[in-house]
Amino acid sequence: MSYLVLDRISKRFGGFSALSNISLSVERGTARAVLGENGAGKTTLMNVLFGLYRPTEGSIQIDGKAVSFRSPADAIINGVGMIHQHMHLAEALTVTENIVLGLGGLHSPLNLRRHSAKIAALSERYGLAVEPDQPVWKLPIGMRQRVEILKMLYRGAKILVLDEPTSVLAPNEIDSFLERVKALRDDGTTILFVTHKLDEVMRIADAVSVMRHGQLVAERDIGHTDVRQLSRLMVGRDVEPVRIPRLAAPGDPVLECVDLVARGERGLTALDRVSLTIRQGEILGVAGIDGNGQSELAEIICGLRKPESGSIRAGAAEITGLGVSARMRGSRIGFVPEDRHGTGLVLDHSIATNFVLRSFRRRPVSRLGLINARFIAEQARRMMKRYDVRSRSPAQPARELSGGNQQKIILAREIEAGPEILIVMQATKGLDVGAIEFVQRKILEARDRGVAVLYISTELEHVAEVADRIAVMHRGRFTGEVLPGQATAEHIGLLMSGLSVGEQR
Amino acid sequence: MTRLRDALVGLRVVMAVAVALGLGSLLILVTGADPVKAYAALVHEALFDYWGLSNTIVKTSPILLASLAVMVPLRAGVYNIGGEGQIYMGGLFGTLASLHLPALPSMIAIPSALLCAMLGGALWAGIAGLLKAWRGINEVIVTLLMNYIAIHVVSFAVSGPMIASGAPYPYSDEIPEQYRLPLLMPQTDAHIGIIFGLVAAGMIAFIFARTATGLSLDIVGKSPRAARYAGLNVKAHIVASMASGGMLAGLAGGIEVLGLKYRLFHLFSPGYGFDGVVAAFIANANPAFAPLSALFLGALKSGASVMQRAAGVEGTVVDAIVGLVVILVAGSLAWKGDLLGGLIEGFRLKPTSADQVNPTERQS
Repeated sequence: MSYLVLDRISKRFGGFSALSNISLSVERGTARAVLGENGAGKTTLMNVLFGLYRPTEGSIQIDGKAVSFRSPADAIINGVGMIHQHMHLAEALTVTENIVLGLGGLHSPLNLRRHSAKIAALSERYGLAVEPDQPVWKLPIGMRQRVEILKMLYRGAKILVLDEPTSVLAPNEIDSFLERVKALRDDGTTILFVTHKLDEVMRIADAVSVMRHGQLVAERDIGHTDVRQLSRLMVGRDVEPVRIPRLAAPGDPVLECVDLVARGERGLTALDRVSLTIRQGEILGVAGIDGNGQSELAEIICGLRKPESGSIRAGAAEITGLGVSARMRGSRIGFVPEDRHGTGLVLDHSIATNFVLRSFRRRPVSRLGLINARFIAEQARRMMKRYDVRSRSPAQPARELSGGNQQKIILAREIEAGPEILIVMQATKGLDVGAIEFVQRKILEARDRGVAVLYISTELEHVAEVADRIAVMHRGRFTGEVLPGQATAEHIGLLMSGLSVGEQR
Repeated sequence: MTRLRDALVGLRVVMAVAVALGLGSLLILVTGADPVKAYAALVHEALFDYWGLSNTIVKTSPILLASLAVMVPLRAGVYNIGGEGQIYMGGLFGTLASLHLPALPSMIAIPSALLCAMLGGALWAGIAGLLKAWRGINEVIVTLLMNYIAIHVVSFAVSGPMIASGAPYPYSDEIPEQYRLPLLMPQTDAHIGIIFGLVAAGMIAFIFARTATGLSLDIVGKSPRAARYAGLNVKAHIVASMASGGMLAGLAGGIEVLGLKYRLFHLFSPGYGFDGVVAAFIANANPAFAPLSALFLGALKSGASVMQRAAGVEGTVVDAIVGLVVILVAGSLAWKGDLLGGLIEGFRLKPTSADQVNPTERQS
C-alpha cells in the first residue's frame, strides 16, 4: 500500500465541480509532480490534502490509516505540511520566532534559544542554510521559502506539499531550490510538487500526474515520458481555430512597441526587450503561463505602468510618456484588465456607474462637474440590452452579478467607447462556455470594425480561437510566434516552457 | 433595496444610541441619582432653555465642522484623526490674520480671516496627505501626532511672540471688532458659526451625491486600482481630500476665535477635533446626518454641567455615556447582515489567504 493515498476525491463549489473523482497514490520518499495549466484544479486538490477544503466526496489515507482534516492544524499533526505559492511569514519577527509561532505548548515557557539551536541543526541536516536570529524582512525570497519549509519540517512534516514554489523565485534561486527538494526527498520526505513548468517536472519528479479541468488525465513515471508528451497531455489537444471568417485583411500598423523593458514587483526583469506590432483589424494573441510578463505588457501599453526603456507608438503618435487618461481618450486605447474585481470594476458601485467608470468626468456623462444621472441610467439600459447583462436593474451593485455578467460590463464599456486599440487580458478566465463565446464574438466584431486587438490569455485554446497570430511569452520574452492551426499543442507548450523544440530532455 | 438597507443601518444607529442612553441611566443610578430627573434636566437645559440652547449651538458648531473634516478624506479612503491639530492651526492663522490685516469692513475682514484659518488647517492636514500619497506613511499616525505639535505651536505662540501685554495667562491680544462674527442669538455666545457648518454639510452632501468630484473621491476610496484604471490621479485625490478636511477643521478653529473667544488662547479647543471623529462615526460618515450627530454630542456636552447641578450627577458620566454610544454604534455597524446569515458566515470554513492567492484555480 502506498504511503499517501487520495481516493476518489471530488470537490464541488455550489454547482461547479472543481475536482472530480481524483485518485492519487504516492510512495514514501518519492517526489510526485502534479502538472496542469492554470485553473486545472491543482491547488484545489492540494488544499483538500492540507485541510483547507473538505472534499465533497472521497477519502485520504496516510500510511494505511484513513485521515480526515478539518483544518491545516489537523493536517500538520498528521505530518502534512504545505508551502504556499506566496509566503505567510511575519516579516518583523526572526526566523526562529516565525518557525515557533503557533506551535502551541503554552504550558512551558518559551525558550527561543533552545528552539534556535534545534532549528540550526535541522537546517544543517537538510542543507537549508538560514540564520535563525535574522529578522525575516532582511531575507531574500529564496531564503524565506527555506524558512517556510523549515517551519513545516520543524512541525514534523513527512509529506511536503509545494504549490508552484518556483514561481516567486529568480532563475538562480530556482536551481538551488530544486537541489534542496531533491535532498529532502532522498532523506525520506514525500514531496508533492504542484507546477506547470515541464522542465522542473523532469528535473525533480519521480512520477507525474497530469490534471486538466479538475480531472486526472494521465499518470506517468518520469522515465517513461518526455517533455513533448507531457506538454500535449497538459494542454489537451491540438489547437484549432474556431473563428468567424474575417471580413477584411489587416490594414496599417496601429500599435507598435519597440524593445520594452520593465521590472516586476520584486525588481526582477518582467519584460526583456519585447517588441510587437498590431495592424488595423488584426488580433495578436499572447499565450503563456501566468506571470511571464503578460500583465506588465498590458499595463505598460495602457499607461498604468512605466517601462524602463523602449517606446510605444499608437498610429503616428509616440505615446510612451502619456498617462492612462491621455491614452484612453487621445490614442483611444481600451483595456479589459485581468483583475475584474479590483481594477475593471468598482464592485460596490452600480452597474450603471461601472459603465461610466472611465468617462464620468467628461461630457456627456457629466457637465460642469455635475453628473447627469438620467444619461447614465439610459446608457446603462442600452448597454445592458446590447451586451445581454442580466440583472434586476442598472442600480444593482456589480458585486452581485456573476463573473460572466461582470465581464460583459467591462467589455461593453471598453468596446462601446470606440477604441482603435483594445488590450484584452484574461477575458474568458473563469467564465462559462456561453459567456466565453459571447466575449469572443464581441472581440471579433471589434476586429472587423478595424480595431487592433492584443488578446492576452493563459488559456491557449481561447487564444487560438480568436487570434490571427499567436506570440508565446516566457520570462518576459516572446519565445516564438506561430499561426493558429499551423502549430501543434506540443510545440506551443514547449515555447511556453521556454524550451525550444530542439533542447528537450 | 439598497435604500431600505441604508434605512435599516440608520435605524440601527438610533437604536444603539437609545441602548447607550439606557445603559447610561444605570450608571446614573449607580451614582445614587435619579436617571429620569437627570436626563430631563439634560434635555431641557440643552435644547429648551434659551441660554442652554445657545451653549449647545456654540458646542455643536465646531463639532459639526470637525466631523465633516473626517468625512471628506474618508470618502477617499484616508483617515483624518488630526482635526484637533487642524483646529489649532486654523485658530492660529485666523488670529494672525485678524490681528495683522488692515482694518477692513466686516464683510471683507471676516471672510479673509476665515480663509486664512482654512488655509492653516489645509496646510497642516496637507502634510499628512503628502506623506501618505508619496511615501505611503500611515495617515492615522501622522495626523494623530501632528495634533500635539499644533497644540504646542499655539501654546508657544501665545506664551511668547503673540502674548498680550500684561496677560496673566497665555493668550493673545483681542481681535478688532470688525473681525468678530455676528451673534445668532442676542445676548448669548451663540454666533453664526453653526450656519457655516450647516452650509458646508449641505454642500458636501451634494458633492458626494451629484458631482464628478464626489464620484472620483468615492472610487479612489473604494478601489484605488480601479481609480487609476479610470484615469484618476489617486495621489492628488488623497492630498486634496486631506487638505479639504483640514480646511474644514481650520474653519472651525477660526470660527472659535472670531465667533467666541475673540483672542487666541492656549488650549482653546477642548477636544472638538476628536468629538468630530465620534460625530462622523455616529453619522456613518454621511454628511447629511452630520448636523444631527454633532447636535447630539453638542447637547450632551452642554447639558453635562446642568445634570450635575440639577440631579447631582457627575459631569463625567456624560463622557461615559458618549463612550457607550461609540461602542454600541460600532457594534451595530459591524453587525451588517441579518443575524442568521452572520452566524452561518461565522461558522463556515473561511477561505484562507492561500485561496485568495489563486482564486481562479478553484473556479475554473
